[in-house]
Amino acid sequence: MTSARVFLIGGVMSFRALFNWLSPWIYVPTMLVSPVFQILLFAYIGRAARVQSDKFYVIGNALQYTAIPCVFAMSHTIAGERFQQTLGYILVTPARRIPLFVGRSLPVVVNGALTSAFALALGGAILGIHVPVSALAPLALTIVLCAASCTGLGLLSAAIGFLVRETATLNNIVFGVLLIFCGVNVSLDDLPGWMSTLAQGLPLTHGIEAARKLADGASLSYVAGLIGAEALVGLLYGLAGYALLRALELQSRVHATLERA
Amino acid sequence: MRVLRLVVVGWLFHIKSLTLSWFFLLTAVFTPLLVATIAYYMFRAGGKPGTLFYASLGAAVFGIWSSTLFGSGGAIQWQRWQGTLELLVAAPAPFFLVLLPLTLATSTIGIYSLTSTLLWGRLLFGIPFHVEHPLAFAAAIPATILGLGLLGLVLAATFVLYRHANALSNMLEQPVLLVTGMLVPLSLLPGWVHPIAWVLSPTWGARGLREAALGGSPWPEIGMTLGLGIAYVLIGAFCLRHFEVAARREATLSLT
Repeated sequence: MTSARVFLIGGVMSFRALFNWLSPWIYVPTMLVSPVFQILLFAYIGRAARVQSDKFYVIGNALQYTAIPCVFAMSHTIAGERFQQTLGYILVTPARRIPLFVGRSLPVVVNGALTSAFALALGGAILGIHVPVSALAPLALTIVLCAASCTGLGLLSAAIGFLVRETATLNNIVFGVLLIFCGVNVSLDDLPGWMSTLAQGLPLTHGIEAARKLADGASLSYVAGLIGAEALVGLLYGLAGYALLRALELQSRVHATLERA
Repeated sequence: MRVLRLVVVGWLFHIKSLTLSWFFLLTAVFTPLLVATIAYYMFRAGGKPGTLFYASLGAAVFGIWSSTLFGSGGAIQWQRWQGTLELLVAAPAPFFLVLLPLTLATSTIGIYSLTSTLLWGRLLFGIPFHVEHPLAFAAAIPATILGLGLLGLVLAATFVLYRHANALSNMLEQPVLLVTGMLVPLSLLPGWVHPIAWVLSPTWGARGLREAALGGSPWPEIGMTLGLGIAYVLIGAFCLRHFEVAARREATLSLT
């Protein structure tokens, strides 16, 4: 029961307490407007280069933008607490760590999925792309999955937050790597072999490919393999992030370095 | 003479200060490299390798813009966080002359972005770096930096009243990249976008650099960049005076 409270109530409370972007003055430009401009920018570069359809860029960029709310927010669960000097209090509590950290990820996943869905809807409407009605529910599932796998990566970034101070810099780099490698704006076939191989192990790659196929009319069962791969990648990042969090938490206690970075 | 000294000393101080910030430098260099890399792959995939130098120059100007925007968005906010905004506003020197060197310094840091983007294209993508008019190219770089830095001043001035300037400045990065034709020819954009592009100095800065590098007549574009810069000074000074008085009257200067 206590774990359930830590998971649900603790997660929502930490989300509300840590993120000043919940102010509409920040949320609207950052979460709602920016992804649409990212879509328009790359769609127009695509038109200039005559390389892909608008639908390719709308789907790729809308899903990739989940990286902003998910990776940044998860890493902020460590960096933000440390900035407010509350990290030590959190970690000395007897609360079990799985509900503590996974509970914090739940609102992040919801927010990431909403951001992506809004960008997809508005970007698609502006550029006039057509998506079959039958694809909407599977697309929603894919969006949630992409948000969850990005949150897994964010958990890993949060763990690294025990070691480095500039998590914002790290997350900007992560965002850029996902933008280049995951087939967001350049098809994996057009990237060098080592980049497309590396992309197979990154969140979003399989989810974006699945979403594009769904938008072209494929059934959910047809893309089940891609969706499964996306879930697996996200799960592995989440597990790696959790394991690293525990290990570095222990290290920071042993060496008294919790507040140092 | 005292005004010139204030601007030059402030400019040098902020350049040194910003150069010490890894976050600022990395953001200034990494973001344009990111956009440039994607653009290179897209143009190459579209079978238009001849446009890579065109894209490279556009991405280089974007680097200056990105740096300026990030710095201008932070110009007021950083002072608020450090508790120095009231001191600067209350100082005998006009606040305009205090802010001007900071926005100029942020665009000057864009030199790192410009250099790294051109080098990145040359070394990793084999994009030939051949400049048709070296003298005009050399003149276009400082003109672009000045034009963009002064546009940053206008933005920073308007941010006095806006507590979440960083969010707004982050949002403006890609729209301006799009509408000023840095990577996408203006002819591809809707007609109503063109007048917006004409009043933004990155449009003319990018054109000036391209005309100088690829062959053409860059001097009118360089002149437009500088002319717009003068207009920005007037607008910035007016806005800053007006908004500063409003912020003092409402007692909102230091609210974060």
